[in-house]
Amino acid sequence: MTYQFTVSPDFSPDYISGWFIFNTWLQRALGQSIHLEMMDDFQQLHQAIEEDRVDLIYANPYDASMLVREKGFTPLVKPRGGSDEAVIAVRADSGIDKVESLPPGTRVATTDDPDVHLMGMIMLEPAGLDQGSVELKQCGSYVLVAKALLQGACEVGIFLDKAFDELSRPIQSQLRPLVRSEIQVIHHSLMAGPRLDSEVEELQRVLLAMDQDPRGRNVLQGLGLVGWEPVEEEEAEFMIDLMETLTYSPG
Amino acid sequence: MIGDMHPGDILGEYHEEVIQLYGLGPRKVLVTEREAPYPDGRLIVSRTDTDGIITHVNRSFVEMSGYTEAELVGAPHSILRHPDMPRAAFKDLWETIEAGKIWQGYVKNLRKDGGFYWVKATVIPNVRNGEIVGYTSVRRKPDRRKVEECIPLYASMKAKEEEEVAQ
Repeated sequence: MTYQFTVSPDFSPDYISGWFIFNTWLQRALGQSIHLEMMDDFQQLHQAIEEDRVDLIYANPYDASMLVREKGFTPLVKPRGGSDEAVIAVRADSGIDKVESLPPGTRVATTDDPDVHLMGMIMLEPAGLDQGSVELKQCGSYVLVAKALLQGACEVGIFLDKAFDELSRPIQSQLRPLVRSEIQVIHHSLMAGPRLDSEVEELQRVLLAMDQDPRGRNVLQGLGLVGWEPVEEEEAEFMIDLMETLTYSPG
Repeated sequence: MIGDMHPGDILGEYHEEVIQLYGLGPRKVLVTEREAPYPDGRLIVSRTDTDGIITHVNRSFVEMSGYTEAELVGAPHSILRHPDMPRAAFKDLWETIEAGKIWQGYVKNLRKDGGFYWVKATVIPNVRNGEIVGYTSVRRKPDRRKVEECIPLYASMKAKEEEEVAQ
């Protein structure tokens, strides 16, 4: 049997080859056939999950609830020291010095990365801003979010913190972070679907040992990671509850 | 356990009030007018068991409340109860979460030093194997205009509750 593996479409394009190399490594380590298919967008991903065409996924926390509670996935591991955080930034020469100064109708550049967008929108709430009172411009990458700010197409940008910190110095010097999230408990995780139930222990064993040999460390480096940490079932449930409080909107 | 507040913990001038905590009885609280600003970008997170006893707090909770983690874990969540909050708000909260639903509202919390801080709170029941095993409360920085709306609303709700008690 060939298992189906996919990666949440918000992965950085810099790591696309890294994920294929990881898949090759994982097949050897497990002695199983695994096919990696990258999805173009979240719509395609959600359709594949709905049709039970995914066995292994590097999942965005936004999808964790559906995967665990509706589709019976088991969280395996998360990146070591790697929680997802967001940055709200403006142009360096902007007159805006705090979130509370942003008026209704503010143009916000964002991406389709759902957890980062959610964290960003929560950080805009103290200004009384929500989806209905801002003008959202969805960009294909964080570089394009930066470009939207620099070209004056938007006043505010929502970035993944790592993506903001990895912008080139000339671009970063023209931007100014207004606020950074410090949530610490929202993270991507690798999850196994029900067809992989019998392999869960072995998957965790090989993944957790991955940083202990040079070949494994190289593969991790290709993903921008230093290693994996286990995700306990209750930890995953806690994150899912927390995500639900953040996505909750009264009737 | 939850005891009365101690003058030695209080920063600045304070006044004394006695609040009735549901299931716990009276608590003497010492209250100042000092507001602690909510830190940008943070979430204050805690978990309780089904009786409202704190089982977990995050670092932001510890910092904002002024208590140590050891003081918080094992204490009832009402350790944060500010006398300006109407009882009806917490009645609505408990009725909602015990019914398995999510509650959201604006809350004025009391710090160990007698000061206060406003939050937008969302409380979710932790359902495991079909049963509620506890609650997670997540607070974030509120829109100040919503807080300004809550101040007179809560004051009038509280005045009404005090009238009812006096009758």
